Amino acid sequence: MPKVPIWDLPDVPKGELPPHLELQRTRVLCNLDAPTHTENIQYSGAYASMGVDNSLRLDHFRKNFKVEVIRLTEDDMEFDLIGIDASLANAFRRILISEIPTMAIEKVLIANNTSVVQDEVLSHRLGLIPIKVDPRLFDYMSENDVPNEKNTIVFKLHIRCERGGPRLTVKSDELKWLPNGSEFLLATENSTSNSTLKPKTYTSFRCSQDSLQEFSNNPIAPKHPDIIISKLGPGQEIELEAHAVKGMGKTHAKWSPVATAWYRMLPEVVLLQEVKDEKAVELEKKCRVKVFDIEDVGNGKTRATVARPRACTLCRECIQEEGWDKYVALRRVKDHFIFTIESTGALPPEVLFTEAVKILEDKCEHLITELS
Amino acid sequence: MGPKEDYAVPLESDVDKQFLAAPVKSVVDKFQLLPEFLKVRGLVKQHLDSFNYFVRTEIKKIVRANDLITSRVDPTIYLRYKDVWIGEPSMTIDGVTEKLSPHKCRLSDITYAAPIYVNIEYITGSHGQKTPPVAKNNVIIGRMPIMLRSCCCVLHGKDGAELARLGECPLDPGGYFIIKGTEKVILIQEQLSKNRIIIDTDKKGCVQASVMSSTEATKSKTVIKMEKEKIYLYLNQFANKVPIMVVMKAMGMESDQEVVQMLGRDPRFGALLLPSIEECASNDVYTQHQALEFLEKKVRKSPFSNSSFEKEGKALGILRDVFIANIPVRQSNFRAKCIYVAVMLRRMMEAILNKDAMDDKDYVGNKRLELSGQLLSLLFEDLFKTMNDEVKKTVDATLAKPSRSSRFDFSQFIVKDSITVGLERTLSTGNWDVKRFKMHRKGMTQVVARLSFIGTLGHMTKISPQFEKSRKVSGPRALQPSQWGMLCPCDTPEGEACGLVKNLALMTHVTTDEEEGPIVSLCYCLGVEDLELLSGEELHTPDSFLIILNGIILGKHRRPQRFANAMRKLRRAGKIGEFVSVFVNEKQHCVYIASDGGRVCRPLVIADKGVSRIKEHHMKELLDGVRCFDDFLREGLIEYLDVNEENNALIALYEGEATFETTHIEIEPFTILGVCAGLIPFPHHNQSPRNTYQCAMGKQAMGNIAYNQLCRMDTLIYLLVYPQRPLLTTRTIELVGYDKLGAGQNATVAVMSYSGYDIEDAIVMNKASLDRGFGRCIVMKKLSAINQKYENNSSDRIIRPQREGHDAERMQILDDDGLAAPGEIIRPNDIYINKQSPIVTRGAIVPPMGLNDKQYKPSRQTYKGPEGETAVVDRVALCSDKNNNLCIKFMIRHTRRPEVGDKFSSRHGQKGVCGTIIQQEDFPFSERGICPDLIMNPHGFPSRMTVGKMIELLGSKAGVSSGKFHYGSAFGEPSGHADRVEAISETLVKHGFSYSGKDFIYSGITGLPLQTYIFMGPIYYQKLKHMVLDKMHARGSGPRVMITRQPTEGRSRNGGLRVGEMERDCLIAYGTSMLIFERLMISSDPFKVQVCRKCGLLGYYNHKLKTSICSTCKNGENVSTMKLPYACKLLFQELQSMNIVPRLKLTEA
Repeated sequence: MPKVPIWDLPDVPKGELPPHLELQRTRVLCNLDAPTHTENIQYSGAYASMGVDNSLRLDHFRKNFKVEVIRLTEDDMEFDLIGIDASLANAFRRILISEIPTMAIEKVLIANNTSVVQDEVLSHRLGLIPIKVDPRLFDYMSENDVPNEKNTIVFKLHIRCERGGPRLTVKSDELKWLPNGSEFLLATENSTSNSTLKPKTYTSFRCSQDSLQEFSNNPIAPKHPDIIISKLGPGQEIELEAHAVKGMGKTHAKWSPVATAWYRMLPEVVLLQEVKDEKAVELEKKCRVKVFDIEDVGNGKTRATVARPRACTLCRECIQEEGWDKYVALRRVKDHFIFTIESTGALPPEVLFTEAVKILEDKCEHLITELS
Repeated sequence: MGPKEDYAVPLESDVDKQFLAAPVKSVVDKFQLLPEFLKVRGLVKQHLDSFNYFVRTEIKKIVRANDLITSRVDPTIYLRYKDVWIGEPSMTIDGVTEKLSPHKCRLSDITYAAPIYVNIEYITGSHGQKTPPVAKNNVIIGRMPIMLRSCCCVLHGKDGAELARLGECPLDPGGYFIIKGTEKVILIQEQLSKNRIIIDTDKKGCVQASVMSSTEATKSKTVIKMEKEKIYLYLNQFANKVPIMVVMKAMGMESDQEVVQMLGRDPRFGALLLPSIEECASNDVYTQHQALEFLEKKVRKSPFSNSSFEKEGKALGILRDVFIANIPVRQSNFRAKCIYVAVMLRRMMEAILNKDAMDDKDYVGNKRLELSGQLLSLLFEDLFKTMNDEVKKTVDATLAKPSRSSRFDFSQFIVKDSITVGLERTLSTGNWDVKRFKMHRKGMTQVVARLSFIGTLGHMTKISPQFEKSRKVSGPRALQPSQWGMLCPCDTPEGEACGLVKNLALMTHVTTDEEEGPIVSLCYCLGVEDLELLSGEELHTPDSFLIILNGIILGKHRRPQRFANAMRKLRRAGKIGEFVSVFVNEKQHCVYIASDGGRVCRPLVIADKGVSRIKEHHMKELLDGVRCFDDFLREGLIEYLDVNEENNALIALYEGEATFETTHIEIEPFTILGVCAGLIPFPHHNQSPRNTYQCAMGKQAMGNIAYNQLCRMDTLIYLLVYPQRPLLTTRTIELVGYDKLGAGQNATVAVMSYSGYDIEDAIVMNKASLDRGFGRCIVMKKLSAINQKYENNSSDRIIRPQREGHDAERMQILDDDGLAAPGEIIRPNDIYINKQSPIVTRGAIVPPMGLNDKQYKPSRQTYKGPEGETAVVDRVALCSDKNNNLCIKFMIRHTRRPEVGDKFSSRHGQKGVCGTIIQQEDFPFSERGICPDLIMNPHGFPSRMTVGKMIELLGSKAGVSSGKFHYGSAFGEPSGHADRVEAISETLVKHGFSYSGKDFIYSGITGLPLQTYIFMGPIYYQKLKHMVLDKMHARGSGPRVMITRQPTEGRSRNGGLRVGEMERDCLIAYGTSMLIFERLMISSDPFKVQVCRKCGLLGYYNHKLKTSICSTCKNGENVSTMKLPYACKLLFQELQSMNIVPRLKLTEA
């Protein structure tokens, strides 16, 4: 018998991978014990011996790439990224978490704090309060910059619990925006000598921030008015000024624009064999998230169908029992990402994503210029 | 939590709402008894009971026993104490009496004490003219430190709001004292029981019977030992051993036959005694007189006794008063003592014939716990007697004076200070020195550990051992089966004190003394045949049992079981004390009745023929609040059993397991654990040492200390910024209040390997979690300063700081009053108090305002903290100390976020340091977007076998997804106090998780799924007090020790890092001789010396002549210069000073 390479056999399709390899390339197989084939095969010549080109082609990407928005609320967004590599999706996720700037309180000038919450803890709590303001309108404040209207937002918090009154809960709506900058005077030696000049404060604003048209009818405030900052007993008082500056999530989580951003690969639930009658009922019952439905096929017979694979949380209950893995296969589609962004409120989630794309673009450009 | 319940929530108000809402299960659920029990008794009830007993009863007894002081000069002049009681805690300064509250004492460094009042009656008058007795009431004889929450304390019976008003934490257990502002707890002392016969063997293997007698008057140890077949008595008062038959004869048992009869009919006993009888005969001792003469020779000569003066009858006196002193001799009737000796001999012989009859010293039933009340009463008695003696002495001295001007008044001679000072000193040093009993014990009190709330509680239940810790013995360290339910099997330290230091279990009660009289008469009423009426022969008739009450033989009873049952019935009916124990010892044919103090006991449910007496309606009444724990006790549904009586009981663990023979049922099995071990969820799934480790570590965890933590001025406080209550709780946690004063946070843990910085138990932490406040802690340290007054009436002064000049910068944080202002950031070398002291402090009195500025020198105090740490002045408190000086205390606060090297631990003895901190985006995330707070290496599990931790993870995960707390009480699965893994898994599946708790995880770095499912969920993590910031240390050059010129030692002195012997060995082996030279000499203490080549001694360099000179040879001819470690030169000089001449022989290099 003459030697024939296996891919020259007539029943092996040309220019296409055999089905088991195709499955391994495009799906993560979520077996009972462990997921397999989680990796992406990047090498362009990985399947060259089979006559299949594995290289990434731009036109191919253009043709196949899709974005479908599933849900969009003020702070939440869920959308599908289809036809993209995990590394790219992950890059967006990482940029969302740590590289999109926001404004957050960085400096707190405490004039008086007699509450039970210590100064450092109070400042820390203030820092974590999300502020509803577009960070793109501000500049970063570098080390030797003076705080001005372009890089600093000043809030004031002055609250006092009267003696004899009930206890007070200080919430984030007590933070009052000071568009003209700090009101605390800088202690200088010759403050009396030139009284004609405006007294020096901790910020040097050239103009009021609310004269800028972006803020004139959209005053800056914390995103949520009901975040508890502290509680005050009778006679206690807090008086402070909080300076918010622009920063990135990688320096401190308070600057992260998202509560979290993540993706999951699209679940794919496949019935390997037909699941009929009692078994179908059993399968339907096993799944708490209602992935399966029961379908009437006539003659009083039923069979299970996969109705809502997206709902699968991979609890693996359906394949838990001995032998069920012959009926059901749980898989993940490697190039289909269900992306969720939970914004903290500074920017709407859809803007966040476009910002993330822009940042990645900038990075790429930067890399190209560096290389050339 | 609603805004309403901020502070001052009383312990019992919301013990468990979930549980209360649940229907009562079919088998009667007795758990609810526990909170009731703790409500009635509190967590440190043993301390409180003991102190209360002392204050209410014991002190009166002591005063009654020593109530008369008569003058030796004139016996008609006397003073009699009529009554004694303890008043309210108060303090008198400059004649003004002020009520004290514990918190005030803590803050202003004073002792929380109350005056001891007496009513007295005395004779006044001088020389012949005597008045009739005069009564005087409310005389203060001293001040007694008061235990917090005891019946004398102002906190007694106060509710949460009232406690909060007094500045006290409602969850604080009390049970300690405040001495000069520091909280002191008297540790529970473990001892062998007194007045009981203990049969054991000595080092040589000889069987001996020993009795530690302890009465109000004397303490003695009697040992009867069998040596070479003969039986001897060892008593300290006799110079050497005494044949026992001589002793019997001396006590009037002249007939050998009677002795043998007393031992019993068994011929083997007679045979064992025969050699002793023969020895007695060989010594020619036949009569009582001869025996006493024989003994007289053996009496130890005390160096102080006046020779032949009262030598006659000394032996008899010893036999009467010292020899088994607990058996009283009335009208020189020695019969009781003889019978007691016979019983001792009989038990010895039984032990010789049958090794099983030997007593186990480690058996908990043979132990007594000495508590603060007993120890204080010992001390008080001694001090009271000393005071009376002193009074007597001064009275005698005054009366002896021939002429007295003033009227004699006995009551004037009572000195208040000796008792006050004595009590205070003993409590603050912890050294108990009672001369009368030759008691010198050290370390009896300790400063209450205020590192964590649980540490404080654990400290109150700590039992300190009688043995020295260094002894290498395994017996006392081993876990005793009789400890069950009484002492915690987990909570013991590691290392040298392992197994010796123990802790009480949750439900343990320690008894106090109870009146014997009524019990004795009751016994006789119940058919005990009086000892006096029995012949020796009748003593040990086969089916009769001896009745022994607190070590004293009352008589015998023919139907012991019936007698015991009758006694128990009376106890259950409340006719005799609830803590009286009745124990029928079948082996020894004895019935032991015990009413003495210091026995450990615990409550159990009584069952009749296996049927629990507690029925469902009882529990319902309890839940409705119409019935309390004491009602259960009073109605005979529950009783206290001590360790001995437990031997007569058959105790079923659960009601369902009870059989026909069962007499008692456990209330809850998890009560065998103590407070510290009670925090561990699922401890019964862990390898046992892990629970022990956690018990030690739980005390080091940071968290909330008490509700008043921010008002306290302790030297060092560690607080967690955002403490949480564990998601997986136990019943114990709720009972002790750990859910309100937690010490840890629920961290989402992924059990996986990450980055390689997680080897050896290190954990990888998420930076975003730390940014958001995970593991943040506050460290507060106290600084204090005193505005001293001096003998010339001048005093320190605190002055306004300079705002200009070169010191102005260091004084930035000072207020105008010269003290650092709260809220200011304090840096190293900042002045925190601008104080000045007068230059002249002694000599002539100066007017108070008379000194001018020149007569003061600055004595500012500067802050010496580590560089680069931004500490803040938290509070400044002013108070006056005991010498009425102004005392200023500063609390310095520092908030820290976790850093690499900080120590963390779960509740399963799994400690680890933070290995690295990783950005959130690099962390793995789950399908639901959950990113773990920390990553733990799975290698921590196989060898540690902490399955409980895995179940905790599962349970917490189920808890967060279903929104309720899950339970993991020890052994709680059958009774529903711990969730079963099956149920937890079911909950997980219901919420879309895998039943195994393993999630599908994506790598945060590549974005691809991991090739395995990851076990992930919340685990309660504790931050331990060991932080790198307090430990890290390195130096280049720095301070040196003056005498050797070598670098100083230790971090606190900025010392060098030592190249030790082993490091040196390595360098030698490696052959780096120059490195050794550098490390050991150049970097340490090089010194140039002049050595004379001729005489080999050290010379000196004369700078004027610019030559080296040998001072011995008186010339500079043969002097060479060389380098030597300064320490070496010092050694030579020291040797020379001791007339040893070290000579150096130099050769050319």
